[in-house]
Amino acid sequence: MDIRAIDAAEITAAVKKLFMDCNYFIGGDIMSSLERALEIEDSPVAKSVLSQIIENDKIAAAEEIPLCQDTGMAVLFVEYGDKVCVQNGSFEDAVQQGVREAYDEGYLRKSVVSDPVFDRVNTRDNTPAIIHTKIVSGDRIKITAGGKGFGSENMSAIKMLTPAYGVEGVKQFILDTVRAAGPNPCPPIVVGVGIGGTFERAAQLAKKATFRAIDTHNPDERYALLEDELLEKINEMGFGPAGLGGKTTALGVNIETSPTHIAGMPVAVNICCHAARHADTII
Amino acid sequence: MAKKIQLPITDEDIKSLKAGDSVLLTGTIITGRDAAHKRLFELIEKGEELPVDVRGELIYYVGPAPAKPGYAVGPAGPTSSYRMDKFTPALLDLGMKGMIGKGARSQEVIDAIVRNKAVYFAAIGGAAALIAKSIKKEEILCYEDLGTEAVRRYTVEDFPCIVAIDCEGNNVYER
Repeated sequence: MDIRAIDAAEITAAVKKLFMDCNYFIGGDIMSSLERALEIEDSPVAKSVLSQIIENDKIAAAEEIPLCQDTGMAVLFVEYGDKVCVQNGSFEDAVQQGVREAYDEGYLRKSVVSDPVFDRVNTRDNTPAIIHTKIVSGDRIKITAGGKGFGSENMSAIKMLTPAYGVEGVKQFILDTVRAAGPNPCPPIVVGVGIGGTFERAAQLAKKATFRAIDTHNPDERYALLEDELLEKINEMGFGPAGLGGKTTALGVNIETSPTHIAGMPVAVNICCHAARHADTII
Repeated sequence: MAKKIQLPITDEDIKSLKAGDSVLLTGTIITGRDAAHKRLFELIEKGEELPVDVRGELIYYVGPAPAKPGYAVGPAGPTSSYRMDKFTPALLDLGMKGMIGKGARSQEVIDAIVRNKAVYFAAIGGAAALIAKSIKKEEILCYEDLGTEAVRRYTVEDFPCIVAIDCEGNNVYER
């Protein structure tokens, strides 16, 4: 296969569009799930909250304005074909420029501070984005992008479980994390779970899981069943929409896994609000 | 049916509100979140005067997105309230009447609400585009350098929220 040249400007334009789109247009999977939840809820409060969320998401799409004021920290999962050569700039700079332009020209909130502890000065363009890059064979670049709000991000957790905990230990940790989050992460939530790998791989998989559509399942049936079981148990907790009580605390549970060490079983739980925003494109 | 409340909120209004009530607020509120609270709290600790008079006010925990041309404000939904828990009792003790945010509060905040006969309202998290329709005007009061975290005055009409913790300490999040 020959080397394929991609202009940096093309990458910038694609990234810009992804972040604007995902902040204005909620995914069809989330919208259908919200509409189903509205049908099954009995309590007037839960119904009212869900109706308002649905109305909100329709307004955002129709007017092309952000559906949530927290337009998030920009996170990208990139599959970078090894036959791609970026011209007229670097890949990293092209992506950061796309984020900058989306947040500036798209009226998205700039929510990033330069230093986490001491200065906490806003970078004023929402960069730097968090970029997870995987080199794959081929001559294309696939980008999955999302704005991750921190109301839910703050409710996330990771634990280095050991093999003796087994599947029951995994379930316990996930349910404990969701219970501790309670009404805070803007329920109904999407729960992304990463199991296996190392400390950082588990966390990365958990984030990746929140970027997967909620009308899909893990291809391994054992994990697919676990996703369903956890969703049911979470919805029995009763936090409900906006944490004001109801049957719909979560819209989906997505699990991603990785091989791990003989001594370990890391489990990361990344919680996402109902504004689970992600979009993807292939260049 | 939602109760309509004309701001500034009165002690009688607060006394009449019960956890779980739906309300529509009309009048003006102030805004503030993490960074502004930290600054205000530091001034209170030093015994200095605040750049904004919080007495009688409701504070809305929000960091709005920028307004698109033609809009009074950008999307402006509530942020998680618990992050302000450390600072809230001091503001209530100064005479602030209540907060608008989302999610649970600490026991210290609940105690301060009861002690000061205040109220905590919840707005719907993630309904920012919808909520912004009830905000008619904004004005920056202080801390403009904080950008989205600056303290603003919002003029609101039928701003929708729910009484989350009433002045007797009843709490909708308890389950």
